[in-house]
Amino acid sequence: MYDFNFAPVFAAMDQLLIGAWVTVKLSAAAMAIGLVVSIICAVAKASGPRPVRFLVDGYIEVIRNTPFLVQIFFLYFGLPTIGLRLDPNSAALLALVVNFGAYGTEIIRAGIESITKGQIEAGTALGLSRLQIYRYVVMKPALRTVYPSLTSQFIYLMLTSSVVSVISATDLAAAGNDLQSQTFASFEVYLVVTAIYLALAVGFSVIFAAIERAAFTYPMSR
Amino acid sequence: MIRPFGFNDIILIAEAIRWTLALSAIAFAGGAVGGLLIALARTSDTRWLRTASMLFIRLFQGTPLLMQLFLVFFGMNIFGLPINPWLAASLALTLHASAFLGEIWRGCIEAVPLGQREAATALGLHYYDRMTSVILPQAARISVAPTVGFLVQLIKGTSLASIIGFTELTRTGQIVNNATFSPFQVFGTVAVFYFILCWPLSLTARRMEIRFSRATTR
Repeated sequence: MYDFNFAPVFAAMDQLLIGAWVTVKLSAAAMAIGLVVSIICAVAKASGPRPVRFLVDGYIEVIRNTPFLVQIFFLYFGLPTIGLRLDPNSAALLALVVNFGAYGTEIIRAGIESITKGQIEAGTALGLSRLQIYRYVVMKPALRTVYPSLTSQFIYLMLTSSVVSVISATDLAAAGNDLQSQTFASFEVYLVVTAIYLALAVGFSVIFAAIERAAFTYPMSR
Repeated sequence: MIRPFGFNDIILIAEAIRWTLALSAIAFAGGAVGGLLIALARTSDTRWLRTASMLFIRLFQGTPLLMQLFLVFFGMNIFGLPINPWLAASLALTLHASAFLGEIWRGCIEAVPLGQREAATALGLHYYDRMTSVILPQAARISVAPTVGFLVQLIKGTSLASIIGFTELTRTGQIVNNATFSPFQVFGTVAVFYFILCWPLSLTARRMEIRFSRATTR
């Protein structure tokens, strides 16, 4: 019978929690920057000139049909060969932003497409400027519609971010790797690390649901 | 010794596609069986089956695939099995696919109108006949597009098996990169091969989805 040995794992809990905090920061930053990238790409796809639309389409298809692990290897090992040396955490952030941007663009595009033409016409009839229409008539309701998809994509992003441990970033999975090489209690270490990821995922979905109830109840408050 | 990246390296990487495909096929076949069981448990009338299958799904959807691979890889030792990347990767990806396909197929089973089930029961069909001849055939039609979509996710997911030492497409890329140190060419090539595997599936899934939504929204 195998003797489970959790004592060294719990003794080094602070190491894991520091890693968890890096994971949270990394995914939150990737989400925030990725969201801006997504909105820009979605607008470009909806109303940009043809070559721009083509480029955005290419970006989305390439990212969505290749593994994140290969994307991060491509960036982390590739960029220094053209003289751009990034530390592991920055490379991880860049890769996560590039990855999230492709999925986010598709989600936001679906939101924009859900706005009917009549809404935009109503906005024009009310004398709103083009920018105002984009902001209040298109973007705001579109983001509200896709909020659930965006939040589940964020949780997926946070879980995917564990892959950045392979380029020696300092996230939760990497903290687990360090700890298992110190203690050799591999199964126990990864069990605790997995439990922390699960707690993060559950925690974030509870927070997102609370935000949704507070901010997006229908009919919309001003 | 660093050698230049050449045609032979492309062949070497291309040959590794079969291991990616083999692992995807094993995980998909295993996941199809597991996923069907999970989906049936999720939609069953027995409460504890529904709860247990829901927890299984939440567990796999709420944790990283990489950690699932590690846990199976190191956990096999605990159950007295030899540590073997093939076995660990197959088992972990099968469990992973079971959870995701279970959740996808649960939705498809629930999308079959309730009247179908009631009519089947009224005709005196019991669970087995009702499922095999009434509900599942209709659910299967709905499930094709999202299942193909998940297959893309699964193929990409097999790349993580390289981290526990399974030599497939990505791992071969790493090996070639260590010898040639041409990361853009090597991982670009690897990415192109993944793209060739996944893109047609993505397009098919999207086309089927559009066709299906057109057929059902009239």
